[in-house]
Amino acid sequence: MSPRTFPLGPPPYPLGEPLVRREGREKVTGAARYAAEHTPPNCAYGWPVAAGIPRGRVAAVDTAEALALPGVITVLTHENAPRLAAAEDPTLSLLQEDRVPHRGWYVALAVADTIETARAAAEAVRVTYETDDDADVLLRADHPRMYEPEKVNGGYPGTRERGDFEGAFAAAPVTVDATYHVPPLHNHPMEPHASTAHWSEGHLTVHDSSQGATKVCEDLAALFKLDTSEITVVSEHVGGGFGSKGTPRPQVVLAVMAARHTGRPVKVSVPRREMPAVVGHRAPTIQRVRLGAGNDGVITALSHEIATHTSTVTEFVEQAAVPARVMYASPNSRTVHRVVPLDVPTPSWMRAPGECPGMYALESAMDELAVQLGMDPIELRMRNEPDTEPDSDRAFSSRHLVGALRDGAERFRWLPRDPRPGVRREGDLLLGTGVAASTYPVLIAASAAEAHADRDGTFRIRVNATDIGTGARTVLAQIAAGALMAPEDRVRIEIGNSDLPPAMLAGGSAGIGSWGWVVHKACTALRARLRDHVGPLPADGLTVAADTRQETSERSPYARHSFGATFAEVQVDTVTGEIRVRRLMGVFAAGRILNPRTARSQFIGGMTMGLGMALTEDSEVDPEFGGFAGCDLAGYHVPACADAPRIEAYWVEEEDPHLNPMGSKGIGEIGIVGTAAAVTNAVWHATGVRLRDIPLTPDKVLPHL
Amino acid sequence: MQPTNQPADAGGARAAGAARSGTGAGTHAGTATARPARPAEAAAEQSSALVLHVNGTAYELTLDHRTTVLDVLREHLGLTGAKKGCDHGQCGACTVLVEGRRANSCLMLAVAQDGRHITTIEGLADGERLHPLQEAFVERDALQCGYCTPGQICSAVGVLQEAADGFPSHVTPADAPQGGPVQLTVEEIRERMSGNLCRCGAYPRIVEAVHDVSTDQGVAS
Ligand code: FES
Ligand code: FES
Repeated sequence: MSPRTFPLGPPPYPLGEPLVRREGREKVTGAARYAAEHTPPNCAYGWPVAAGIPRGRVAAVDTAEALALPGVITVLTHENAPRLAAAEDPTLSLLQEDRVPHRGWYVALAVADTIETARAAAEAVRVTYETDDDADVLLRADHPRMYEPEKVNGGYPGTRERGDFEGAFAAAPVTVDATYHVPPLHNHPMEPHASTAHWSEGHLTVHDSSQGATKVCEDLAALFKLDTSEITVVSEHVGGGFGSKGTPRPQVVLAVMAARHTGRPVKVSVPRREMPAVVGHRAPTIQRVRLGAGNDGVITALSHEIATHTSTVTEFVEQAAVPARVMYASPNSRTVHRVVPLDVPTPSWMRAPGECPGMYALESAMDELAVQLGMDPIELRMRNEPDTEPDSDRAFSSRHLVGALRDGAERFRWLPRDPRPGVRREGDLLLGTGVAASTYPVLIAASAAEAHADRDGTFRIRVNATDIGTGARTVLAQIAAGALMAPEDRVRIEIGNSDLPPAMLAGGSAGIGSWGWVVHKACTALRARLRDHVGPLPADGLTVAADTRQETSERSPYARHSFGATFAEVQVDTVTGEIRVRRLMGVFAAGRILNPRTARSQFIGGMTMGLGMALTEDSEVDPEFGGFAGCDLAGYHVPACADAPRIEAYWVEEEDPHLNPMGSKGIGEIGIVGTAAAVTNAVWHATGVRLRDIPLTPDKVLPHL
Repeated sequence: MQPTNQPADAGGARAAGAARSGTGAGTHAGTATARPARPAEAAAEQSSALVLHVNGTAYELTLDHRTTVLDVLREHLGLTGAKKGCDHGQCGACTVLVEGRRANSCLMLAVAQDGRHITTIEGLADGERLHPLQEAFVERDALQCGYCTPGQICSAVGVLQEAADGFPSHVTPADAPQGGPVQLTVEEIRERMSGNLCRCGAYPRIVEAVHDVSTDQGVAS
C-alpha cells in the first residue's frame, strides 16, 4: 500500500492522552438520546402495577375500571399476557403466574395512549390477593434456613479453608473478633430503567437502558422464541447502571410483551420508587471477621464469614469473603458464605459486588488490629503483603498495593499522625484520619469486533460495547487509533447496538479490557492488511473481523487484580452527630491508565458512592410489610454535591504484560471498594468510638459522643 | 470583583430574540393536538388549550391537565434534553428555566404555566457555539453518563443569576451585605448545586466547571 493512496497519519498515538469524551457535546446540549427518548409514531405507554403484599398470590385482577378510562388500550396480567419461554433469569418470568414472591413484584401492566392515562389506569387496577401470613423477610446470622452455597456470585467457591484457623486464632497473642453490618444498598442510576419496543415488518427494535445490548437481545430471543436476527436492541446512551442494568430487567420484557399484544410501539419506564424491588440491590451482609496476629503484626489466622440473603426467586450470593482470599498472607485462613432465601426482592450486582462490602469489613478489622498492636495501619498492611495470591498460590501479574499506600501517604500527608483517638478538637468538631486498602479482580470476556478502512482514509470500528458513562467510546477510539497508527479523529466508533459484533457487557470492570483487546486485534490485523495492500482500496474499503474467544478461554497462570489505597479525613460534630468528610483521596494501581481525564472521573465517582455507603445510604426491609422502606431518592440518600468534599484520585505507574495488549486493568469499580472503611476508620480516629453498622448516620453516632 | 449584569438566562433571551426577529417558525402546533383523540366531551373537561414559549418558540398546545411541563417537553415537543430521574422533585434531572429561574419541570403542571417562557438545555447554545457552562462541563469532564447533566447545567445557569441577584444560601455568611451579589465560593456552589443529584459522582468536576464560569463572569471568589 502506498502512503499516497492510504495515509496512515503520523504519531503521536493518543493512548494515555486525556482526550475529551466523544459524546460530551451531545450530552451537554441535550442531543444524546436515552432509551425512553425514542418515541415512534403511535407510541403507547405502559405503566406497571406492583404487588402490594409481602408474599402470596394474585386471587383476582379487576381491570374494568382501568379499561373504562378513555385512552386505555389494555391491561396485561398473568391471565392475558403473552406466554414466555422458561427464563434463564426467573426475575424475567413476568405475568406468567399468580405467585407473588415479594412486595413490589410486578403483577400487571396498564397500556394507554398517554403517559398520564397509563398511570391513572395502573392506579385503577384492583388486585385481590391471597396473602401468606408468614412472610419471612428479616436477615439474621443465625437464621435456621441459612445454608452454605457451593458457589457465590462470580463463580467463586462459597467456602475456602487453608491450614488450621481455629488453632492458630486460639494461639495468637493479638486478636480481633468483630462483626460488621452492611444494609441493603441501591444502585439508583439517575436514568430509571426504561425500554421502548417497536415491531415493524416482523422485526423487533428495542431501545433499552442496558449495560449490554447483546445479552438483552439474546434473552429476548429466548423468552419470545425469536431468532436474534429478528431483534435489534439499542443502548446507545445509558444513564448509569452500576450493575443494575447488567442483564435485562423487567421493563424490557414488559415493553416487548405490550408491543406484541397491542401491535403498537410501547414505552415502559420503571418509576423511581419501584426500582429497588425490581432491578436488583446489593444484598445486606452480616460479616464476622477474626484476625489473629503475632506482636510483630504478622497475621497468622484470618477468618471472614458472611451471612446474607437472597430471594425465593433465584439465588444470588454477594461474594463478600472473596477479597480476603487475595489481600493478606496468612497460613491459616477460612472464608465462608452463608445465605438464606427470604421473601425479599432479588439482589443483584451493585458496583464491586463482593469486594465493596467485604473490604469494608476486612479493612475495618485491619484498622482494629492496628489499634490493638499500637502500629500504624499502613505499616500493618505492609507487614502482611503476600508473595503470591494467598488462596491460589499463583504469582500476581502485578501488585502495587504498597506503592499505592506509600504514594497516598505522602500526598495525603498521613504522617505525622497522632494515633490516639478523640484528641483533635476544633470547637465542637472532632477530627480524624483513616486509611483502607482496596482491590478488584481483572476480568476479561470474549468479544468480537470489526475494523474497516475506508477509501477516504477514515476508519470505522464496530463492536457492541456500551458506554454507560465510563468513556468507553472515547477510549476505544484511542485504542483503535494506536493500533492503526492513525490520528484518533479519523476513527469512527460504533457501539451500543446488538446488530454489531457481539461483545461483553459493561460490567465487572471488564469493558475496556475485553472490548479494547478485540478492537486492538482487529485494528492490528487491518493495519497489516493495509500494509500489504497494493494500489487503491476497493470501493467498499477493507474490513477485518476478529474475536478473542481463544485468547480469553485460557486461564491466566497469574493472579490479576487492581489494588488501591484510600485516605479520608473526617469531622464529627459532637453536638449534632453529623459526620462530614473533609478530604478523600484514592491512589490506585490499575495497570496502564488509557485516558486520565475519564479515568479520574471513574475513580472519583466510585469514591463518591463509597462515601454514600459510609455515611448516608441506608435501606431496610420493612419487617411487617416486606419490600424496602425507603425506595426513592427522598428516602434513600445518595450523596449530594454538598456531601462531596475535595475528592482526589491518583494512580501509580504500573506495567503489567500479563493482561491484554493495552496493559490495562478495570477502573470502574475499585474506587468504591476502600472508601467506606477509610471513612469509618477516620471516624474511630476522630472519636474513639468503633461503629460497625454503616451508614454512620447522626442517630447512630450521637449517643456515643 | 465586580459582578456583571449578564442575564443568566442568556439562552432564553436569545431564543426569544429569535422568535421576535421572525424566523417564520414563531408558532408550532404541538403534537398534543394530533394525539389519538379521546371522546370529545371528556377531552374538553380534562384538557385545556395553552401556549408555552419554549426556547423562543411559541407552542400552541391542547394538553391533558395532568401533563407536567417535563412530559410536554419530552413526549410532546421532542425536547428530551430535560431528563426524568424521579418525577417527584427529588433529583433535579428535569431542571429547566422558567422566566429565567430554575425549576423542577416534573413538579409543574403545564396548564398552570400558560404563557410562560421556558428555556431548556436545547436552548442554551448559540447555534454551534456552546454556552460557557456547556463548554466548561465538557472541558472539566463534569459528566459521565450525562443523564443528570442537562439539569446540572440549567441549574448552574440559575445559580449564576441567583448569586448575581443577591439571593443568599444556607452557607452565605449572615453578615454578607444584603441585596448585593453573592460571591460564589466553592462552598456556595456546592450548596446551591445540591438539588441536582449525580449518581456518577461528578460533583467535584461540576463544582470546578461552575466555578470556572462564575470566575469568568466575575461572581466567584
Ligand atoms: S425528575 Fe424532576 S426532580 Fe427528579
Ligand atoms: S453524570 Fe451520570 S448521573 Fe451525573
